[in-house]
Amino acid sequence: MKKLMLGNEAVARGFYEAGCKVVSSYPGTPSTEITEYAAKYDEIYCEWAPNEKVGLEVAFGASLAGARAAACMKHVGLNVAADPLFTLSYTGVNGGLVVCVADDPGMHSSQNEQDSRHYAIAAKLPMLEPSDSAEAKEFAKAAFELSEKFDTPVIFRTCTRIAHSQCAVEQQEPVSRELLSYEKNPKKYIMAPANAITKHPIVEERTKALTEYAESCPFNRVELAKDKSLGIITSGTSYQYVKEIYGDSVSVLKLGLVNPLPEKLIKDFAADHSRVVVIEELDPVIENHCKSLGLSVEGKNLFPICGEFSQSLVAKVMGKEDKAFTVSDDQIPVRPPVMCAGCPHRGLFYTLAKKKITVLGDIGCYTLGMAPPLAAIDSVLCMGASVSGTHGFNKARGAESEKKTVAVIGDSTFMHSGMTGLANIAYNGTNSTVIIVDNSITGMTGHQQNPTTGYNIKGDPATKIDLEALCHALGFNRVRVVDPYNLKETEKVVMEELSADEPSVIISRRPCALLKYVKHAPALTVNADKCRSCKACMKIGCPAISMKNGKAHIDATQCVGCDVCKQLCAFDAICGGEN
Amino acid sequence: METKNIMIVGVGGQGSLLASKLLGKLLVNEGYDVKVSEVHGMSQRGGSVVTYVRYGDKVYSPIVDKGEADFIISFERLEAARYAPFLRPDGKIIVNSQEIDPMPVITGAMEYPHEALEHLQAKGVDIDCIDALTPALEAGSAKATNIVLMGRLSKYMDIAPEKWEEAIKQSVAPKFVEMNLRAFALGRK
Repeated sequence: MKKLMLGNEAVARGFYEAGCKVVSSYPGTPSTEITEYAAKYDEIYCEWAPNEKVGLEVAFGASLAGARAAACMKHVGLNVAADPLFTLSYTGVNGGLVVCVADDPGMHSSQNEQDSRHYAIAAKLPMLEPSDSAEAKEFAKAAFELSEKFDTPVIFRTCTRIAHSQCAVEQQEPVSRELLSYEKNPKKYIMAPANAITKHPIVEERTKALTEYAESCPFNRVELAKDKSLGIITSGTSYQYVKEIYGDSVSVLKLGLVNPLPEKLIKDFAADHSRVVVIEELDPVIENHCKSLGLSVEGKNLFPICGEFSQSLVAKVMGKEDKAFTVSDDQIPVRPPVMCAGCPHRGLFYTLAKKKITVLGDIGCYTLGMAPPLAAIDSVLCMGASVSGTHGFNKARGAESEKKTVAVIGDSTFMHSGMTGLANIAYNGTNSTVIIVDNSITGMTGHQQNPTTGYNIKGDPATKIDLEALCHALGFNRVRVVDPYNLKETEKVVMEELSADEPSVIISRRPCALLKYVKHAPALTVNADKCRSCKACMKIGCPAISMKNGKAHIDATQCVGCDVCKQLCAFDAICGGEN
Repeated sequence: METKNIMIVGVGGQGSLLASKLLGKLLVNEGYDVKVSEVHGMSQRGGSVVTYVRYGDKVYSPIVDKGEADFIISFERLEAARYAPFLRPDGKIIVNSQEIDPMPVITGAMEYPHEALEHLQAKGVDIDCIDALTPALEAGSAKATNIVLMGRLSKYMDIAPEKWEEAIKQSVAPKFVEMNLRAFALGRK
């Protein structure tokens, strides 16, 4: 039966059909839905791990035990999981082990544009890359076979346009699969130097065998055209743009196994065509491989390294005619993402901006505190860097800095990578202030549970980590909790903790306004007679508030009655609300 | 047949995913090769969002590019103007007359371009601007605005209304079927 499926849903289907038993992941756009869809199959145990390293190590344990297992993450998540990844290349697997990584060319939802293929090369692991949902399912399924056949983890790479596009997928029945036997095997699984030294040559031999396999494997294919004046080497979503422009009129070498790359297959293809162009998003990985084979191919001399490709980009670069279109002559304002109406983070960032506090931020919805009019954040680097970065900032700038600098990190991000930074503050001693914005969910990726929410991926009750107790245990005496809807209290607590003579944690706690169980107060209204047009209420950047005919106006369809704007109005012009 | 392209644009949270799900079902039922592309994650938080639906004998790229869209369905006026360059010269924009201020307008850094669609029409762009919210409320919920717009789109596409109704039944929860069928019928009026 055929069904329209997102790439991510198709990957989950591939796991199911392959008899995968364990999936442990950390959410990250555009990879999140793989694990959410996998969790719908009762046959697969799925979980949200605290971070990607834990996820991959859980998948390793399941593989060691003889099950087929997977860990899924976004590209920057693979940085976190890189430690187990590199040595898993040496141990190999028992049950098939698949590491799914989703790149984000164009940075729709990411802090960088790294190309995960470099990890496959560096860790000496095979990497499969599908071109659409149908291939995503087939490749995901085949990845487990490949993993077991070559005794290696397999990296499965997608990108935003594969992960979040739908096409028809043929569904098959799952294979019935027993656990493989587990036997203690120290030489294979204990990577102490004496054993690792014997494993490295085996990894090199495996790469040779995989290169041989790449010459004729079903993932790589040549589509020959009559005209031999141009041949294109491509993979992933770029293949679709090439076919969109050329159809069957040019020869295409489509690579699905993108590491290791074949040699003879590429040389033969190049020899057949008078001009060869490599069309690949991000870095010139295939192109450099071709050049290392002594082939004179074109690629990044024509195509950009930065950003996403499209059919018109391919057409333009390859000298095809542009399509006609009409552009508006009006100035069209940008519409960047914003914190939602009623977002609990707003009151906190308003307070931090008002007091001109230096804020080292982190990764999540609250990164949006960077945007005007709040513009409250000074830096955002990676998961957890707010906490460790604040310690370093304060070590460098001393006591004055400690009184006006904070870290802001979300509940899920704190569990992911914030705890170790917090231990460092306590241990190595700065008088730093860390604010955990606890909205009781992993927000930005679309409401995934985490160890502080009290529920697991299926929505069943689970152990709820007590953040206050955890911070105390990590060496902090001062742990305060505030409601960010209460501006006065929030400001008081922030200023008290900044001036305290020991490090402190403030937990700014209020569930995400989009959570289904959160009851909203009635929308507020503006009494236009009382409004003096001072725009004080506009300083919080709430999408529900705008100026209409010179007076503040609250959009009743968006307002959730959080009352934050009401606390800013000196003229009692904002009415209603219950908080 | 040549691949046809539909874009659904609006503001994150307006419910464009249901519209693309409905179109996907409808076009698969009609026997087409179909690709639908969405953007999730950060831009969904009140940002400008776009969904692409492509169908034909064989569809390759999942995205629609400038000068390619046969139809642009916009949930908001400004977003219709933003994505107008994606329209083919003979394409049509169907837009809900609602205006939602983006942050640069809210902060006073920019003006909302209230006349942008009229200016595009003067340049020959085919724009069908309707109030989809009132019929949606009449049908039972503001959330049915998307289905009102689908009803309008159905008038311009060569697929029988019964096929649309069947796809609606397959796309929404049973308790919302009646409301959405009403919204669809009002959109076709």
